[in-house]
Amino acid sequence: MATTALHPAAPAYRSSLYDWVTTTDHKKIGILYVINSFVFFFIGGLLAMGVRLELAQPGLQFVADQTYNEIFTMHATFMIFLFVIPMLAGFGNYIVPLQIGAPDMAFPRINALSFWMLPLAGILLLLSFVTGGSAAAGWTSYSPLAQDRPLGAVGPGQDLWVVALVLIGTSSILGAVNFLVTMFKMRAPGMTLFRMPIMTWTVLVTSVLVLMATPVITSALIMLFIDRNYGGSFFDPANGGDAILYQNIFWFYSHPAVYVMVLPAMGMISEILPVFSRKPLFGYRAFVFATAAIGALGFSVWAHHMFTTGAVYLPFFSFVTFLIAIPTGVKMFNWIFTLWGGKLTFSTPLLFALGFLSMFLIGGINGAVSASVPVDFAIHDTYWVVAHLHYVLFGGSVFGIMGGLYYWFPKMTGRMMSESLGKVQFVLMFVGFNLTFFPMHQLGLAGMPRRIADYSSASGWNDLNLLATIGGFTIAASMLPLLWNVFVSLRSGEPAGDDPWEGNTLEWATSSPPPPYNFDHLPPIRSERPVFDQRHGDVPHTKTPPGPDRTQQIPAGR
Amino acid sequence: MTTDTTALTTEHSPVAGLAHDARGGISNPVLGMLLFITSEVMFFAGLFAAYFNVRANAAQWPPINPESGEAFHIAIFPLVGPATVLLILSSFTCQFAVWAIRRNDRTAFLRNIAVTFGIGVVFLIMQGIDYAELGREGLTLSSGTYGTTYFTLTGFHGAHVFAGVIMLGVVLYRGMAGQFSARHHDAVEAASLYWHFVDVVWILLFSLLYLLPGNAPRV
Repeated sequence: MATTALHPAAPAYRSSLYDWVTTTDHKKIGILYVINSFVFFFIGGLLAMGVRLELAQPGLQFVADQTYNEIFTMHATFMIFLFVIPMLAGFGNYIVPLQIGAPDMAFPRINALSFWMLPLAGILLLLSFVTGGSAAAGWTSYSPLAQDRPLGAVGPGQDLWVVALVLIGTSSILGAVNFLVTMFKMRAPGMTLFRMPIMTWTVLVTSVLVLMATPVITSALIMLFIDRNYGGSFFDPANGGDAILYQNIFWFYSHPAVYVMVLPAMGMISEILPVFSRKPLFGYRAFVFATAAIGALGFSVWAHHMFTTGAVYLPFFSFVTFLIAIPTGVKMFNWIFTLWGGKLTFSTPLLFALGFLSMFLIGGINGAVSASVPVDFAIHDTYWVVAHLHYVLFGGSVFGIMGGLYYWFPKMTGRMMSESLGKVQFVLMFVGFNLTFFPMHQLGLAGMPRRIADYSSASGWNDLNLLATIGGFTIAASMLPLLWNVFVSLRSGEPAGDDPWEGNTLEWATSSPPPPYNFDHLPPIRSERPVFDQRHGDVPHTKTPPGPDRTQQIPAGR
Repeated sequence: MTTDTTALTTEHSPVAGLAHDARGGISNPVLGMLLFITSEVMFFAGLFAAYFNVRANAAQWPPINPESGEAFHIAIFPLVGPATVLLILSSFTCQFAVWAIRRNDRTAFLRNIAVTFGIGVVFLIMQGIDYAELGREGLTLSSGTYGTTYFTLTGFHGAHVFAGVIMLGVVLYRGMAGQFSARHHDAVEAASLYWHFVDVVWILLFSLLYLLPGNAPRV
């Protein structure tokens, strides 16, 4: 053992709170990210319940129009910027250094800085509720709605929103730099780029997207801030500015942001599916190239959010949007053929991964429908779009995150989560999700506009809205088994051991939870599944060309 | 696997050195700075895009100043031209400093960093004077798209010069404390990369705002 036993350090008293607040350990920071993101997930969830409550019946029962605008704006803001993006960054923080055999991130203190900007931004956003109303122009904050003028966004709420988003953006950028340097410079010997686990690959592509796209929205937000506070006229047509300019710059970030929110979730299920079907991931390299292709194409499709402005070149943006279906389809193919003929174990992580697969498929298909220009002119800003984005971000990202939580919770805490509670949560969430968002397709096709607090009872939308509200509260109910599961498992969960799932990647080669600096020694890394190789000896796998005896491995009856 | 928490990895361990980027190639801090500069390029790309958009939409560029009735005009002399020359010079002195510390010539390194730092400060002062002049002539952030884009672009460049000056100040301070040598000077390399970036942005901005001819009024 190539370690040296040192005398234990002088016992200095450190409270555990002090320890967590000052930590630079990527694992603790990762857990802080996850906890912080869950807090804002619950806040954003409460706001969503407010939306569903108001829409359950025609008429204004609970909130005024302005409050409704604040609620849906802040729901999206919390969910996108303080839940999905940081949650995935948190899992990346925890998992990536472990998966590449590194002792920590490249810049541990910058890592801590990236994290601590997030609660600060969250507090700024929450403060806006008590300083005269939060931002209410939608999470897109288009001009002139977001401008400081009558019928626009008067008051400090919108400014706090801008400042908070700039903070979150800076946090993301620093995190992306950190991830990229870690992955390029700190891989263990033998861990070549094409042996990196898929989760790590997706974080790599995500980091490139964050690095190149987030500064662009920062510039848009700063221009908005200058317009609002210093008499600027970037987005003011009366003074020679251009309101469409904001939309262009905003979506130049916000479309890649969609991939920032979904690629790491794809990475998570690409770790889960092979482990629970006892097979290697089908088409590892194709998957990597598909991920890179999605990232690259992601920069060229932003204006499909702006078809109806009449200010963008429709055929190009429609065509490249359809093109994205190709690498996404490659991934679907990879996942399905990973499952095909596998020895499936229906544990909770696999259930959530299958939830991702099926729901993200629907989200992809109804997205491709929206990419068609004539269709989009009919459904733009209707509930169809709400259905689509939730099938992608909830059906995709959130199911992936839940799968990842159940998958890596044993590694993070050393304890297993309860399978039965997990299955209860999955069923409630899956049913609630479809009850909530499937009817929105019909509502959108029937013409119900999004971001409206009320609708006429003669419109024929009553039943579907009530159904969606019932579904929404079912989703909320599905959080109770999750919370109870985490609570009980932390206290008295079954000890997990190093490798409870018989995983493939390096995080399962160390203890649960891993010690500071992660590894005493590493297994030899000769493929993208070093722990599998260690467990089963050096059986030939990925690189072996199909030989004559291969047919004999096919079980009888096929 | 068991984990002995009282044992620390040493340089004999198979994983030692991973935390210290001892495996050759570009160093972690320099790679980090290059990536950060990439994001800064995209930030300025957003601002430049806004500038081109606004300019393309304008009936005439530079537009008419409502106060004087004439088109806005910003003068290269006496301030901006010399400031530009100075900033370009400072990129050279900055690079001389890097080459000096690579040869372990600390005296030349300190001299060149100090000159670079000084030029940075002078540039900021000149920019401040220029802003005050323009304000007196009636060009402010709120005087239409011309003022808004001019002050936003140059202002954010100035903010980046300020950040660069702080970096150079830290490098100078650490250099005077003798912390840099031919082997250990990542901070110098990183700060100089940033300073070159700031310089390049200024060259683009200067070409755009001062050299690119305006458009005649469209009929």
